[in-house]
Amino acid sequence: MSIIYMLLAISVIVALVFFVAFIISVKKGQYDDTYTPSIRMLFDDEAPKEENLSETTTDQHIQ
Amino acid sequence: MYEILDENNLNYYYTIESNPGSKPSEGTFGFLKNETIAKKLLEFNEQDTQVVSLLLPTIHCSSCIWILENLNKLHPGVKNAQVNFPKKKARIVFTPTEISLHDLVMLLCSIGYKPYISLDDTTKKKKTVDRSLIYKLGVAGFAFGNIMFLSFPEYFEVDEFWLERFKYVFRWLMFLFSIPVVFYSGWGYFVSASKGIRSKILNIDVPIALGIAVLFLRSTLEIALDWGTGFFDSLAGLVFFLLLGRFFQQKTYAYLSFERDYKSYFPIAVTRLNKNDTKPKEEQVQVHDLSPGDRILIRNGELVPVDAILLHGNALIDYSFVTGEAVPVSKKAGDQIFAGGKQEMGVIELEVVSSVAQSYLTQLWSNEIFSRGKQTVFQSLTDKISKRFTVSIISIAMIAALFWLWYDSSLVLNVFTAVLIVACPCAIALASPFTLGNLLRTFGKHKLYLKNAEVIEKMADLDTLVFDKTGTLSHTHKNIIGYDGMELSKEEKQLLTSTLRSSNHPLSRSLYRLLEKNGIATLDSFQEEVGKGVTGKMGGEQIRIGSYDYVTTPIQKNTAPKRKERKQTHSHNTVVHVSTQKGYKGHYTFYSEYRNRMGETLHQLGKEYDIVVLSGDNDGERPQLEQLLPEKTRYYFNQKPEDKMAFIKAMQGKGKHIMMVGDGLNDAGALAQSDVGIAISENINVFSPACNGILDASRFHDLPKFLSLSKKGIAVIKYAFLFSLLYNLVGLGFAVTGNLKPVIAAILMPLSSISIVVFTTVCAQILGRKLNRKNKLLDADKSHLF
Repeated sequence: MSIIYMLLAISVIVALVFFVAFIISVKKGQYDDTYTPSIRMLFDDEAPKEENLSETTTDQHIQ
Repeated sequence: MYEILDENNLNYYYTIESNPGSKPSEGTFGFLKNETIAKKLLEFNEQDTQVVSLLLPTIHCSSCIWILENLNKLHPGVKNAQVNFPKKKARIVFTPTEISLHDLVMLLCSIGYKPYISLDDTTKKKKTVDRSLIYKLGVAGFAFGNIMFLSFPEYFEVDEFWLERFKYVFRWLMFLFSIPVVFYSGWGYFVSASKGIRSKILNIDVPIALGIAVLFLRSTLEIALDWGTGFFDSLAGLVFFLLLGRFFQQKTYAYLSFERDYKSYFPIAVTRLNKNDTKPKEEQVQVHDLSPGDRILIRNGELVPVDAILLHGNALIDYSFVTGEAVPVSKKAGDQIFAGGKQEMGVIELEVVSSVAQSYLTQLWSNEIFSRGKQTVFQSLTDKISKRFTVSIISIAMIAALFWLWYDSSLVLNVFTAVLIVACPCAIALASPFTLGNLLRTFGKHKLYLKNAEVIEKMADLDTLVFDKTGTLSHTHKNIIGYDGMELSKEEKQLLTSTLRSSNHPLSRSLYRLLEKNGIATLDSFQEEVGKGVTGKMGGEQIRIGSYDYVTTPIQKNTAPKRKERKQTHSHNTVVHVSTQKGYKGHYTFYSEYRNRMGETLHQLGKEYDIVVLSGDNDGERPQLEQLLPEKTRYYFNQKPEDKMAFIKAMQGKGKHIMMVGDGLNDAGALAQSDVGIAISENINVFSPACNGILDASRFHDLPKFLSLSKKGIAVIKYAFLFSLLYNLVGLGFAVTGNLKPVIAAILMPLSSISIVVFTTVCAQILGRKLNRKNKLLDADKSHLF
């Protein structure tokens, strides 16, 4: 019977955790720029190595 | 540029997009070496770390993000760089001991990202982003969801054993959740309603606030006295939907600003000649620090930031920014040069006459219209309706209460509150935000960027359209050239072209582009007299190009047409005369090139609106304009910036609703004064003065469509009002008869809100599609033509 109270408390707390997480993310400006991060994640951390690049692309682009 | 990248193993840059980067352009950023100026630009400044946010207008593709965020590989002094693409800004963290701000900017220039630094950057503004609406929306949504779950059991299982035991817990939990909804999320409605009542306006927030208050009080009473479950779910839903409407109504364009003044155009620093020394020394000083008597140096392409007197050098000042006059003006030593002019040729030395804030141009901004902002006398459609609505709702509630007082007094309170609850104009309040919000986005897609949704309502209510000429109806540069006079021989033409090629004057350049095909030859001698003309010699031939007096000086006047008669025919047009040794030959006349389909567009507009042309230029092109524009158009020429503003004000005094369409700083006052100020911009990323909206110049011809669309949008809102009134009647039916159960309210309220949202969104989308289709047809037409 009293388990209901506990379940209620837990559900409310879980909901509150997500709510607070949302508020914090807004406050930090996560939603201010929604475009750049979507591009940024597509870049490799390191540029491809010189060897395989020099033949394929650089030659075409030297200007 | 490639070398820099290659050295640092960054040539992957070229593989991301086949056409990255823009042309590198060197700029004069010498002033960044001055520490006090540099400090003003820094966001953060500690011993070994400095942070700067720079606006880089050339950011345009994903490669840009990549290259800029890898800036630390190009120079070890850069610690970290982060790009905000929508704002076209890069935030760079660097070590000042390894790379100074000046070197950093030069590095950016060398890879093609020339930062735009203006006077505006030094005036530190508090950039507090207002996110309160999102918080409020979050709170309301959170509470709404939870309350819904808690209220559901009682709707479905009325007399169930466990529910009977727990419903009190549920009810009080709902009460707790609803407290922040009323006192945080919904508080704005109470504030606005009380403001409205105090100034004796029954705005839409009055019935809303009344509804929220009654909902909350009655629900609390119900659960406290164990009458029932209360209407907490309807309450939270109502506030949530209302805030959602507000949120949707906002559409911000991160890279556009509607609040610019002259500071965004003016340079941050200028070269001052230190007069204390016997040998003048150049130093970079902030524009704000200039005082009368200072001597400054302005280089080619730089803006004169203060009113000044020309001391040395040949000045050719382009005032198109300030006055709207398209042709640069020559100035002699001793002439006064007004702030805002752009030097077009060589280096000049000036003596400052007045400080920045007291210059002729900048004084325009001290006018109250800029400080106070626009008065909000404007009454939106919703406010107009809400007045009648509120009065009738309160009277219905009263009548129903009186009836029940006589019939069954135990139900009086129930009925009275039920009427106020069910009549809460949620749907009415949502109709306009969603219609206008949708239109705002549609307009944005078609390159008319509006400041807020209110502008659309104002656009539907216009009767007069005022246009600036230069830069608005016409392109900024004069391009169409006509020749009048004796035919030139082949040799003369070649000589003419060659001479023009050597000259740097803007008119020579445009004329040269036209005559390029004549071929060129090497000149024996070339001579340029500033403000007068040029002379070219080749073989035995000599040609003089320039003002009438200049070309006719060495030849006998009688071979040339009489000055007097000539003056009468084209006194005000921009004219370049040509003469050879044999005598006066003729002249080229420059006309403004009008925007694509300008005449057609204005004829279309002329059917519904009064059209006025308000130009800072002279009336030289009046005949052409009269030919192109509708008959009833009124013309005013030689209008100074203040004149334009005063003109708009006078028209408004006559009860006119005016849209001003303009471009340069000279229109800034008129744009601010008018009901709707639209700035035309050839490049949206470049700057336009303070306004209500920015229209891409390529979409000028869509103006009639935008205007008619906003009118249709208002019609949609009116239909939505009718629609929501129907819901209210149904709800009132329940309320007046005393049958409003929480479950009915819980169904009726969201249903009405959602159906209104769907209705307005669908209508606005259909309207928007019309704009799309017409454009596609036109594009198809064009491709067919070429």
